[in-house]
Amino acid sequence: MSKAAEIDIVSVSKIYGTATAVHSISLKIPAGTYCCLLGPSGCGKTSTLRMIAGHESLSSGDIRLGNTVVTDLPPARRGTAMMFQSYALFPHLDLVDNVAFSLKMKGVEKDERRAKAMDMLRLMQLEAYATRRPAQLSGGQQQRVALARALITDPEALLLDEPLSALDPFLKIRMRAELKKLQTSLGITFVHVTHSQEEAMALADLIVVMNDGRIEQAAHPRMVFEKPATAFVARFMGDHNVISGRVTGSDGDELRLSVPAGGEFLATGGDAAGFADTADIAVRTDHVRIGEPSEKGLGFTGSVSNIEYRGPSVKLSVNGAGIEDFTAILSDTAFFANPVKVGEAIPLSWGREDAIVLGRLKH
Amino acid sequence: MATMTSSETEKIEGLRAKTFRLSPTAISYLQATPLTLILGAFLLLPILMITVVSFWDYDFAQMYPDFLTMNYAETLGSWVTWKTYLNTLKFAFLVWAITLFVGFWVAYFLAFHIRTTAMQMVLFLVCTVPFLTSNIIRMISWIPVLGRNGLVNSTLVGAGLVSEPVEWLLYSDFAVVLAMVHLYTLFMVTPIFNTLMRIDKSLVEAARDAGASSWQTLTNVIIPLAKPGMAIGTIFVVTLVMADFSTVQVMSGGQSASVALMMKNQMSLLQYPAAAANAVVLLVLVLLMVAGILRIVDIRKEL
Repeated sequence: MSKAAEIDIVSVSKIYGTATAVHSISLKIPAGTYCCLLGPSGCGKTSTLRMIAGHESLSSGDIRLGNTVVTDLPPARRGTAMMFQSYALFPHLDLVDNVAFSLKMKGVEKDERRAKAMDMLRLMQLEAYATRRPAQLSGGQQQRVALARALITDPEALLLDEPLSALDPFLKIRMRAELKKLQTSLGITFVHVTHSQEEAMALADLIVVMNDGRIEQAAHPRMVFEKPATAFVARFMGDHNVISGRVTGSDGDELRLSVPAGGEFLATGGDAAGFADTADIAVRTDHVRIGEPSEKGLGFTGSVSNIEYRGPSVKLSVNGAGIEDFTAILSDTAFFANPVKVGEAIPLSWGREDAIVLGRLKH
Repeated sequence: MATMTSSETEKIEGLRAKTFRLSPTAISYLQATPLTLILGAFLLLPILMITVVSFWDYDFAQMYPDFLTMNYAETLGSWVTWKTYLNTLKFAFLVWAITLFVGFWVAYFLAFHIRTTAMQMVLFLVCTVPFLTSNIIRMISWIPVLGRNGLVNSTLVGAGLVSEPVEWLLYSDFAVVLAMVHLYTLFMVTPIFNTLMRIDKSLVEAARDAGASSWQTLTNVIIPLAKPGMAIGTIFVVTLVMADFSTVQVMSGGQSASVALMMKNQMSLLQYPAAAANAVVLLVLVLLMVAGILRIVDIRKEL
């Protein structure tokens, strides 16, 4: 349909009065990528998207789309199209006119633009509803109309602001698959803002985790999951225990750290030598086993404070060695082969490769 | 519930029967009664009486219950009536067009260009401040402004723009329309402001995203969505202007006429049945106009 464009964000900041929403971020989104901006509310992800779209001015920095610097261009001349969170369909127009809106603004003849809009509706399997108003449609249908309206401009990049948040859980998963399929078939760059890790993991080629107006990590989902860059990413993605402590020694890429109440831990990776004083390490929750550690620093003994049964897995919360609420996810077979009770003291251990050193953002 | 035995059910039924209970239908009627009584006594009954009286006979001193169509024949058969109606409609149209224009832009400014809600409310209250004084006072205060030796004329003469005072400023149709616009613009601003405030701001962004200029956004998105507010404002202004007599009398200096002024004159001559017939004709006309407006614009969403 159209060629995709690379999006290049260069030291972009957004300042509202005295509050800084986005702190000089730089990001390159390769052409044809499905990129998810992920983070808690207020992290600056929506501001970033709106700046790419041109609905928010930049306080400083530049944005390039393909070979054009779009920093000062109006939204419609950037080659982007935006899909709004509440879809922002025009309530007084039927679907055809909603989809044909941008063509009408360009002055395309009525018959031609309606025909094109009908094609687009057909693509979205909505031709049967062409003469309805948006209020007469379900959430999923409204979303498809919003997609059709955004895509009729033949954009190089589609910007989606929490597109799935208004849908019920089942529909969310179905629309998620449709979005991915659409992106693959159109081949254009998608930038999708979400606060759901699951959604980002399922869709993205590039996850950009943001916090407090800064990018914590921008990488492939697998990278973000397996090698979270910072303590924030590890906590936000939710599959790691984060242990913070004082550095007691380092050897090559190995780092030893001690937790205030006595525990000593070993971790590898990162630039282990780069930490002088304190450091954070992360331990995969699903790789923790019950049993004595093979090596000192790869486990601890603690008491079970809570047990949650989740069907295929069981979640244990363990306190001990100065760590509160350490999570261990055991498979149901492993747990029921040797069940433990709340209050019981158990040894936990993990492999050398499951504990990694986390970096820190230099502010 | 499924395990409840029949004797238990009967017991509950018995308890219910002992306490005094009205059927749901009766309760609904009871709830609707106060408003029905008020509307009946203060709206329907007076209209009914006017309608009845409009068929009565009268002379210089008394009314005689009768059933005559004479009052209507006289009213509708006289060219003075037609001219007066035409004049009133002219005022209604002019005032409507001007208040709609002014009202829309004031509301648009308040709703889209003032960013904080607090400031919006402050400015909106400023709009209503003139309404703390009575209509008559606000009307009369135009006289020293527009009069032969008023502010406007003395400024114009003083600046050498005109050699002698402009006569048509006061006691003219211009003065009537000006005063009415002043009196009634807020009735247009309020409902339009109300509709504009409900427009999702992301619709404006969506329009901009689709390449619409500010003007295109206005004509394609904002004005269509403001139509219900405009319709409600139109109903207010049209009915107020159609029924106005004091503004016409004071500001035209008795040189212009309106239907309500004609009725007032008939009443001061004790020609109540003639005035009543006139009132019925005016009522029918205004109701037809309102019905026409409601046909064009669906205002149900606003209520």
